[in-house]
Amino acid sequence: MADRELTPRIVVVGAGPAGVRAAQTLLEAGIRPVVIDEAARAGGQIYRRQPTNFRRSHEALYGTEAARAQAVHDGFDAIAATVDYRPDTLVWNIADGQVWTASERGYATLAYDALILCTGATDRLMPVKGWHYAGAYSLGAAQVALKAQACAIGARVVFMGSGPLLYLVASQYVKAGAKVAAVLDTSPLSNRLRAAVDLIAQPGILADGVALTRALAKAGVPVLTGVTPLEITGNAENGVNGVRVRLANGTERDFAADAVALGYHLRPETQLADLARCDFAFDAKTRQWLPKRDQDGRASVAGVYLAGDGARILGARSAEVSGRLAALAALADLGHKVDPLTLVHLRRQVASYARFARGLATAFPWPHEQAANLPDEAIVCRCEAVTAGDLRRVVNETGAKEANRAKAFSRVGMGRCQGRYCGHAGAEVIAACANIPVEQVGRLRGQAPVKPLPVAIAPEGEE
Amino acid sequence: MASPVSVSDVLIIGGGLMGTSAALFLRQRGRSVTLLESDLVGRQASGTNFGNVRRQGRPIHQLPLANRAIAIWRRANELLGADVEYLQSGHIRVCYRERPENIAKMEEYAAEARHVGLDLELLTGNALRARFPFFGPDVLAGSYSALDGHANPRLTAPAFARAAQRAGAQVFENTRIIHAAKQGTDFVVTAEDGRTFRAPVLLITAGAWGNKLSQQFGEPVPLTPRGPNMSVTEPVPYAIAPAVGVMTPVEEETVYFRQVARGNIILGGSTRGPSYPDQYRAYVLPQNTMKQLRQIRRLAPALANLNIIRVWTGIEGYLPDSLPVMGRSATTSGLFYAFGFSGSGFQIGPGVGETMAELIDTGTTPIDLSHYDIARFRRSA
Ligand SMILES: Cc1cc2nc3c(=O)[nH]c(=O)nc-3n(C[C@H](O)[C@H](O)[C@H](O)COP(=O)(O)OP(=O)(O)OC[C@H]3O[C@@H](n4cnc5c(N)ncnc54)[C@H](O)[C@@H]3O)c2cc1C
Ligand SMILES: Cc1cc2nc3c(=O)[nH]c(=O)nc-3n(C[C@H](O)[C@H](O)[C@H](O)COP(=O)(O)OP(=O)(O)OC[C@H]3O[C@@H](n4cnc5c(N)ncnc54)[C@H](O)[C@@H]3O)c2cc1C
Repeated sequence: MADRELTPRIVVVGAGPAGVRAAQTLLEAGIRPVVIDEAARAGGQIYRRQPTNFRRSHEALYGTEAARAQAVHDGFDAIAATVDYRPDTLVWNIADGQVWTASERGYATLAYDALILCTGATDRLMPVKGWHYAGAYSLGAAQVALKAQACAIGARVVFMGSGPLLYLVASQYVKAGAKVAAVLDTSPLSNRLRAAVDLIAQPGILADGVALTRALAKAGVPVLTGVTPLEITGNAENGVNGVRVRLANGTERDFAADAVALGYHLRPETQLADLARCDFAFDAKTRQWLPKRDQDGRASVAGVYLAGDGARILGARSAEVSGRLAALAALADLGHKVDPLTLVHLRRQVASYARFARGLATAFPWPHEQAANLPDEAIVCRCEAVTAGDLRRVVNETGAKEANRAKAFSRVGMGRCQGRYCGHAGAEVIAACANIPVEQVGRLRGQAPVKPLPVAIAPEGEE
Repeated sequence: MASPVSVSDVLIIGGGLMGTSAALFLRQRGRSVTLLESDLVGRQASGTNFGNVRRQGRPIHQLPLANRAIAIWRRANELLGADVEYLQSGHIRVCYRERPENIAKMEEYAAEARHVGLDLELLTGNALRARFPFFGPDVLAGSYSALDGHANPRLTAPAFARAAQRAGAQVFENTRIIHAAKQGTDFVVTAEDGRTFRAPVLLITAGAWGNKLSQQFGEPVPLTPRGPNMSVTEPVPYAIAPAVGVMTPVEEETVYFRQVARGNIILGGSTRGPSYPDQYRAYVLPQNTMKQLRQIRRLAPALANLNIIRVWTGIEGYLPDSLPVMGRSATTSGLFYAFGFSGSGFQIGPGVGETMAELIDTGTTPIDLSHYDIARFRRSA
């Protein structure tokens, strides 16, 4: 490692659009980064690649985004042999200027001079009674099944939740020949009108979204807005058999289905930023805690940079731009010359995507009030099977009003997912029950490992 | 000076297991009590520890205190009106083949412990493996205590605090005491925000922070903060009843585990990490987690089939002789201490609370506290 004095080591975590563009930018400046991704193939979520033995075209897989997907894939393929690329490798911890990795080969450490986190997003979920039955999936999982495995999650699928992905994945299912029973959006149509001022920041993406909705209507899929989910009906033996909702006009309605895809837009994967001890701040618009960063992606900790949906949910196109920006920020901080006009240009693009994202948040808000109205018997934390009633009892009987305190007493967020899927809803249940603003509930502290880690793990190279 | 927020018979600084249990037992003796806690009660060492309710392995002179504690643990749910998940499911302490001399030590300890009411059963070879098939080939012998067990630390001290409150104790959380002094016959303590509290008796149960307060009375102690490593696996069917630990002089080899009723297996020990009492934070060093897992595989190879889902640590104060400071101040009348439990305060915690309450209320206790006298550090300080 003697030559680290001359060439700094930059580690990029994530090979989605943000990570790929960051790596390219570094390479253009003469630095060979290490690119680590837990997936087998580069591309990230939106441009997730199928396994190597599948042969669908980019058009079939990515629709309107085929050209962009192709560009990101080609961009990475061109540099894969030049950068130090480590697929199938999880970064499970960060400490003292080192990332800790885990793979089939074992664990290893890697010291960095700069660390660019491009960790992407996962679904944001709101519990509903019955969401623990077999056949209830997240929207993202429904899409992964289709993209990676060419399967649908059921023979008759309801899409329920809110956000652009709800329409996108439903239409991808229609296109793939799956039966979509209904698209049930919790957000009323009027929100979209209010959002128009911001959504026109990206007229192209807006037009694509409108086209999706039309395509669904044309395919005869019922699309209902302003819906309140009441229950996913079914039983433990046979799983999901339908959903019950209250429509905007107040009437209740059942939809028969053998699978449900649920999702309320996305939440950034911020555990690595947390382990790197970055500061977080509450974002009132989306009601969640996000790592602080400056306009180029610098986190509060020197040498740590955040890009893509792992920092803010601004979408794939923005991820490409913010990946570049973060790489340029790292280069500038390491003493490289960076063209100021390029920075201005890239920042302007991110600002435009941010405005569009604000519009999306207005159009498809996180329906936090649903947490307050969850029936006591509804499960909040699926890993630990903790119900809303259990959590409320802890708040009422012990006075626990802080997220980690309520976790300690109730086990909400203590399971395999470590609160990534129930943390937001759990905080809303606590806030509503204790009658305090949700930001006062705080956020669950991240702890290693980022994903479950085998007790068997040994250093790389050891038998 | 502004008038005190509270005037009571006893002030307690520090709402861990020691402070909260002392508060409850003082109330049961009819003393008025004010408990002051800088964070939330039971969130530091008492809320983050491994949860071993183990008597064996403690110094023989500590067993009467440990026995007192066991009696409280057994009736804890009833006493506290809350389930603290106490399981009297046994504890086994094992030694490795490479240190056969430990068998003789185990036998000697068992013989002495029997006189103080702790029955231990020594197991080797097939007898050991038939009862506990999960041990690895390096394990040579084990000392089994049927009446030890484990409990949930996250729930215990807060349950004591709520019970104390129901019994009439005043509990002030988010109240960090920065100054404590005796004025005339009363102690006056001052919180960061300027509030003051007053009482003729002061009990300091401030864990790893104890020295910050004892030195204000001219009694500094060499207290070192450290963070033991904890990990927890995903849940698996409940199969391992006893808590398990290794007897060894080597810190790295000192690991332990227990399975909770929910099914998760909690792993603890090996090299301890740094902790930062001033910031109220402690961090698990990843290299220590890796050492811990290696030692766990040696102790119980089948655990290698599981995954850990979370690690954590806490802030514990260690004294050079691994014994706490417990008893009266040597400089100031009306002042009492119980802190610095050096990694083994959870089991004895309720017994410490009861003993301190007894000492404060009656002026005496049958428990021998001579080993824990704060005056033993006079020379070194
Ligand atoms: C399931 C899902 C489906 C989506 N589908 C669409 C879509 O169809 N259209 C759309 O516009 N947007 C979609 N999105 C939004 C999508 O997140 C962004 O548009 C885009 O993928 C963001 O790019 P990114 O580079 O920031 O992150 P991603 O593309 O998510 O890439 C992040 C990469 O980081 C890796 N990673 C994360 N953590 C670690 C770690 N600890 N160690 C090692 N590697 C790690 C991941 O394996 C992943 O490859 C989807 C999001 C999700 C979660
Ligand atoms: C990770 C870990 C694992 C452990 N495992 C075990 C085990 O398995 N078995 C066992 O017997 N023991 C174990 N221990 C040790 C055991 O947890 C402690 O000995 C015991 O909990 C100490 O209790 P305490 O009340 O003295 O301290 P604490 O629980 O730390 O309480 C002290 C309290 O004082 C408060 N405080 C400090 N300063 C002030 C101030 N100025 N003003 C107001 N409040 C103040 C703190 O906020 C804290 O809440 C472990 C400890 C740790 C950290």
